[in-house]
Amino acid sequence: MNNDDVIQVSNISKHFGKNAAVQDVSFSVEKGEIFGLLGPNGAGKTTLIRMMTTLLHPDTGQILINGFDTQTQGRNARQQFSVTGQTAAIDQDLTARENLMIFARLSGLGIPAARSRATELLKAFDLVASADQTLETFSGGMRRRLDLAVSLVGKPTILFLDEPTTGLDPRTRAQMWQVIQSLVATGSTVLLTTQYLEEAAQFADRIALIDHGQMKAIGTPDELTRRVGGKRLRLQVTAAQSLKAAQVILQKTEMNPVQVSERTLTVSLDEGEVGQTAALLQQFDEAGIALSQFAIEPPSLDDVFLQMTVGKN
Amino acid sequence: MNIETSNTHNLKNMVTMTHRNLLKTLHNPDNFGDVIMEPVIFTLLFGFLFGGAIAGSVQSYLPILVPGILLQSILNAASGSGQQLREDINNGVFDRFKTLPIAPIVPLAGQLIGDIFRLLLAGSMALVTAFLMGWRPVVGLPMVAAALGLALFIGWATSWIFALVGLVAKNAEMIGSLSMMIILVLTFLSNAFVPTKTLPRFIQTIVNLNPVSYTVTAIRSILQTGTWDLHATVALLCGLLIISIFMPLSLLAYQKQN
Repeated sequence: MNNDDVIQVSNISKHFGKNAAVQDVSFSVEKGEIFGLLGPNGAGKTTLIRMMTTLLHPDTGQILINGFDTQTQGRNARQQFSVTGQTAAIDQDLTARENLMIFARLSGLGIPAARSRATELLKAFDLVASADQTLETFSGGMRRRLDLAVSLVGKPTILFLDEPTTGLDPRTRAQMWQVIQSLVATGSTVLLTTQYLEEAAQFADRIALIDHGQMKAIGTPDELTRRVGGKRLRLQVTAAQSLKAAQVILQKTEMNPVQVSERTLTVSLDEGEVGQTAALLQQFDEAGIALSQFAIEPPSLDDVFLQMTVGKN
Repeated sequence: MNIETSNTHNLKNMVTMTHRNLLKTLHNPDNFGDVIMEPVIFTLLFGFLFGGAIAGSVQSYLPILVPGILLQSILNAASGSGQQLREDINNGVFDRFKTLPIAPIVPLAGQLIGDIFRLLLAGSMALVTAFLMGWRPVVGLPMVAAALGLALFIGWATSWIFALVGLVAKNAEMIGSLSMMIILVLTFLSNAFVPTKTLPRFIQTIVNLNPVSYTVTAIRSILQTGTWDLHATVALLCGLLIISIFMPLSLLAYQKQN
């Protein structure tokens, strides 16, 4: 336990019927962090967020938000954070400005203050031109931006974002990250879920890897990739028909299982094996297998993900 | 936390939520149609269509029609309550409300206070249309207000039933069409639009048992003779009974939402 921890999750479990959605998960998030919850579909990320935001009661365990218990001090806990769900939770029948105004009023601002806060956010999120249109005319990206803007109305110090960038084009995604980062720069804490591993690796300070409701690993992106360890050999055969032969050669020399996808073969290398790869090249040459790619790579977060989670397949 | 300031907060939040609710009505063509267009169209339609056949002329039919169309317009507007609640729940807006530091009851209150305004608007539209068609109340304005008030009370009681349906059933469209059907059957199987004497006996029995008939009869006697008779009291009690059953049930269903 640490005084800088703004979110403390202790031994949380949640069952839906017989299905265990979250099992004995504990972690804490420090002030000013971008904390990423990562995991395959159905891993329990959204269930965790719903419990942290008081929408769902855990079966066992405790969650503290700035020291307030989500179960016994719900209203106090709710004063500490704001949340943006997976689907844009904004009123289709209202204009962007009206949406912002209503949430500004509900978070305790007077009418003039609410009005200027709404205008401020419309500017910040590039929505001024469409401020007074109902959302029917809005694109998906505009909706997500408005959704996030609504969450920021009360200047929350803790922000929960459930897949904030899913389904956005690269430009809007970059915009989204800019907003998140500038928010963190002012001292806020962000906990988010994402399926984009590159994003998590690039932006998150720490990552928790969840699978089947269980915590698999937690740490900085570097720590996690180091934990998977070793380097990887990746090669691509030029002709698809030589794939089988290449796999046989590779499997004979390498201890680790070979992964095949289309014309690409990947295998992780143990310590000391890196030096032997030159011999491999020669073997391919002798067998008459032409390679279009041959590379030794450090592990990526993808590898961590694949190695540590099973998913629901 | 000081209880008094917390209560004024709740009140302020309810006002905001009601405002949101009314904005939605005004912006959404569906809701707008229910509340404003339907009362106008039905009053015109029924007046001109049935006036001659039932009462000899539009002018002599209007006094019979007005109480019925007033209540029907209001009940119709009330039937939208469940669908709107369900839409809010389904698209996640309610989840967001629940994560705000406001009393949990505020969003539901916003809907049902908004309903009062919606019903008032629908009832007024029917009365104004009838007035433009030539209907003149024979009693004073306070009695017209009393008739409108009674219809509003019954309508608001009914909107609690629809609120419960909206909270319990999952599909918004289904709730919409189901609500509409219930209102149509309830209002047409009553004395709202036609004299009951010509109806087959078994239908007469149903019609006489229908609480809508009681209310319409009560409104008629208020509007025609200015008297608050037994029917009005029975209708009022019916409304109270509905509220005392469905308000707690709706609150319970709302709290159990997650």
